[in-house]
Amino acid sequence: MTKNLRVKSSKFIDETYKISFKFNNKTYYGYKGDTLASALLANGIHLVGRSFKYHRPRGIMTAGSEEPNAIVQLHKNTSRTEPNVRATEIEIYEGLEASSQNCWPSVNFDIGGINNFLSPVLPAGFYYKTFMWPASFWEKYEYFIRKSAGLGKSPTEPDPDMYEHKYIHCDVLVIGAGISGIIAAKTSAKSGFKTLLLDEKPYLGGSTIHQNSEHFKINNQISSSWLEKEINEIKKIDNLKIKTRTSVAAFHGYNFLLARENLTDHLPLHQRDEKIRHRLLKIRAKKVICATGSLERPLIFDNNDRPGILLSSAIEKYSNLFGVACGQKNVLFTNNDSAYETAISLFQKGINVEAIIDNREEVDSKLIKEIEKNNIKIYKGYTVNDTFGYKKIKKISIMQLSKDGQKVVGSKISIDCDCLGMSGGWTPAVHLFTQSGGKLKFRDDDQVFIPDTYPSDQISIGSCNGEFTLDEILTGISKKLKNFLNIKKTEYENLEIQSHFNKTKRNIWLLPSDKIMGKTKPFIDYQNDATAKDIKLALREGFRSIEHVKRYTTTGMGTDQGKLGNMHALGIISETAGSRMGELGTTTFRPPYTPLTFGTIVGRNVGEYFDIFRKTPIHDWHVENKAKFENVGQWKRAWFYPKENEGMHEAVQRESKAARDSAGILDASTLGKIDIQGTDASEFLNRVYTNAWSKLAIGKCRYGLMLNEDGMVYDDGVTTRLDENHYIMTTTTGGAATVLGKLEDYLQTEWPELDVYLTSVTDHYATISVCGPNSKKIISKVIPEIDLSDEKFPHMSFKNAKIDKVKCRVMRISFTGEQSYEINVQANYGKSVWDKCMQAGKEFNITPYGTETMHLLRAEKGYIIVGQDTDATMTPIDLQMDWIVSKKKYDFIGKRSLYRSDTIREDRKQLIGLVTENPKEVLEEGAQIVADANKSPVEMLGHITSSYYSPNLEKSIALGVVKGGKNMMGQNLIIPMENKQIKVTVTDPVFLDKENKRLNA
Amino acid sequence: MFLIHCPYCGEREQSEFKAGGEAHIVRPKQPTELSDDQWAEYLFMRKNIKGVQFERWVHTHGCRKWFNMVRDTSNDEIKAIYKMGEKPPTK
Ligand SMILES: [Zn+2]
Repeated sequence: MTKNLRVKSSKFIDETYKISFKFNNKTYYGYKGDTLASALLANGIHLVGRSFKYHRPRGIMTAGSEEPNAIVQLHKNTSRTEPNVRATEIEIYEGLEASSQNCWPSVNFDIGGINNFLSPVLPAGFYYKTFMWPASFWEKYEYFIRKSAGLGKSPTEPDPDMYEHKYIHCDVLVIGAGISGIIAAKTSAKSGFKTLLLDEKPYLGGSTIHQNSEHFKINNQISSSWLEKEINEIKKIDNLKIKTRTSVAAFHGYNFLLARENLTDHLPLHQRDEKIRHRLLKIRAKKVICATGSLERPLIFDNNDRPGILLSSAIEKYSNLFGVACGQKNVLFTNNDSAYETAISLFQKGINVEAIIDNREEVDSKLIKEIEKNNIKIYKGYTVNDTFGYKKIKKISIMQLSKDGQKVVGSKISIDCDCLGMSGGWTPAVHLFTQSGGKLKFRDDDQVFIPDTYPSDQISIGSCNGEFTLDEILTGISKKLKNFLNIKKTEYENLEIQSHFNKTKRNIWLLPSDKIMGKTKPFIDYQNDATAKDIKLALREGFRSIEHVKRYTTTGMGTDQGKLGNMHALGIISETAGSRMGELGTTTFRPPYTPLTFGTIVGRNVGEYFDIFRKTPIHDWHVENKAKFENVGQWKRAWFYPKENEGMHEAVQRESKAARDSAGILDASTLGKIDIQGTDASEFLNRVYTNAWSKLAIGKCRYGLMLNEDGMVYDDGVTTRLDENHYIMTTTTGGAATVLGKLEDYLQTEWPELDVYLTSVTDHYATISVCGPNSKKIISKVIPEIDLSDEKFPHMSFKNAKIDKVKCRVMRISFTGEQSYEINVQANYGKSVWDKCMQAGKEFNITPYGTETMHLLRAEKGYIIVGQDTDATMTPIDLQMDWIVSKKKYDFIGKRSLYRSDTIREDRKQLIGLVTENPKEVLEEGAQIVADANKSPVEMLGHITSSYYSPNLEKSIALGVVKGGKNMMGQNLIIPMENKQIKVTVTDPVFLDKENKRLNA
Repeated sequence: MFLIHCPYCGEREQSEFKAGGEAHIVRPKQPTELSDDQWAEYLFMRKNIKGVQFERWVHTHGCRKWFNMVRDTSNDEIKAIYKMGEKPPTK
């Protein structure tokens, strides 16, 4: 049975444009302009979901982004499906498919609903208390929780939609296009400011635009007609940009804001192709005007959550905007005049209002008089004490309030209804204001928090500033704007305002019931099923801070962030704990104001655009030669070059053997390179490296270690003296930027008197390293002009040379322990020099090798990799590299820390070599090292940092750090693995060629 | 996100900069003369004030110059910016 609940055509709905959509697999119809919520209500559907904890039936409660209950799953498609969409925000389109979340097997028959009857055992902190212990049961609990409490499903396939980011700079940003925002935007733009006006709704005008009451007039016109003219005017202003369907997600310091512009979610699916779905606007505004409005408060009474119970203002909006009657027997329940506005607009449309229950005892206003004139029964000084109906409200019970409002008195009166509207007054939407760092103050009169101090050039106007009635909003607005924008005049100086709104309110945070507290369910946070009872329990258990109560009861922690109930939670805490509201503070409102899709956040930075990657000048050659790549920082480095059916192990074994048996070639272009010049360059190096540099001859190279001031190794590399006052420093690939930054820091801030200039030249040179016993022969073919004899060109020296007229630098340095030459050439010649080396090396079976082989070769030789064998807790002494620490130098960075009481401890972790009892057994990097795995508790002595099977030594080798390892040479240790214990022997970390014969050969 | 006025480049967005901790901590001229405690004082101890704090910043993705900033950490208000070597503002 489908009832027609469309009452009267509304100009916001296009009744000539019918749209079909599906909800829980059933087809319904609505009109263009409908939200999913308004279309469902028009079809008589209130029940849309189940609550999170008790699985109670829940219905649509609001008409906006504050909606706690009506959150649905959109689409069934595995890539586009989207959870947690508010039915009150999504506009219907042809083909829309939505389904209820958090109910199984269906919203009408829900197995989890049994929790509702179990609710006495599901109090606040239930999850903490129950599921914490015993820990071994966690897996079972998790299954239970996930099965019955899931809030929607995530898509399982990549998002097919496009998103983008856009920067916007403006003079004045106006957030919210209600009456205040429209006035502000027009004034700002007409005064010549580049202005941007944003609103989350698809239309302009906020709640005033659908007001159609003789009681609210501006310059003798009904307020909505007056505003409509203003809106038509602002659309024509050039320097005013208006964006609807755009919600501000975050308001950061210095007037930096993020907003989400929704471009296609309201379009039929076939019209969305090739269009941007959401756009994230990054806005930098000189001035910001918050006109974000206010949210109506619910009332907190027993069973205040049944489907059919809505905010009074939502009922008004559904009738005025969408022409939808939420019920046929409506009752309104209020503590202020707002519900009377709703009642008037309902009977103007011919919608029946049965009664109004008002907390206030003696109250009168023009609005109330009009209601009385229409023979609607008003119960003054009454409260709703209970409601009835399972899947939809069907009856309420009301009682008289005691004088102090703490009790109910007299006898119960029963009223039949199918819809209950509630109004607990208004809460200024100060979320964005507080996000920006603004401080609130509490206004006792009507129990609201309003903006107090502004942290940046911004103001709040209208109801978000606690000005709730038309006259309050309009009387001060002109002066405010003049001050804020520093202008002389506005168009709004002498408005004639008529507003018949009685401002009295009887605020009772928790309305009394005839039942004892324990038997009631007055919901505060609908989405998370937190009741007033839970808050009182938390207080009884000793929680005092609002932030703690929030987490313990989960109040305000749903996807709606408790927009409706946070104030009541505060109120109840303050009443129960006897503290003043203003002193309690509020919980922190964090961005985003409404949830953002991941797509909006990442924008175009997906797939290959996720991060920048850097390629060497020889990259294409590696690709052509089937290299596998590894990421080192942002660099793509050739990892290994598998041949035919080779896996990584086979390829690396082959490459490693070739490099030692004949010749290997490595693209080392990613190494950091810093050009150092100046008359104090040598002195500077003396201060930043642990070893001495003043006596290094021109044309020589030296290996250096850099420490942090705390004495820990943080980078290493070879530096070459090119000339008297000119060095080229190499750093690790990953450390290049931080080393340069650190050196600059010392130069600029500690030693500005030094004449030294640093320039990053990493990208300017390609670096090609040729190593192995045949490397000399190969280099002599490529650069015949240099004398490569060991006397003329020994290990650790450098020569300038030319390859086909192109200048290059050749260093004889080695990271493999083999005789090795490194050619540095201007980057754009890198590929051709590489080709030449390959050509020249052909007869020697020159073998390109990647980073994995490089790591293996250096491990054979016991060379460390900073960041792999070290972890910012290793001194050079810990690394058994005492030889590199100058005893003579008075000072260098980190020197003093090398003899702090902690750094001279004998039992620090120290770098050692490890060989396995079974030479074929390769250890796992990261594995623990212990002395005795059977003695409990097992003492952890250290861990493996590097481990390989060495094809050249034909055995497994590893480096590791072990407490007091230096004094354990020859000792046996144990590597405990899941199902075995591996015996190892501590050795010197240098496994191959201790005498450096190969280097100097 | 802050807008920071680099004394060499002008106003830029915070993402171009990096913070470098408390300012005006001078590296001891003769570290070897210091006791462990004195060295630890230099090495580890920082004030981390809630309120007005003197800080070092560097324009990493710009001119790479270091400078000093006076910032109120409670509300992120930047009260002054001055070059390395210049005297900090007294008010
Ligand atoms: Zn700069």
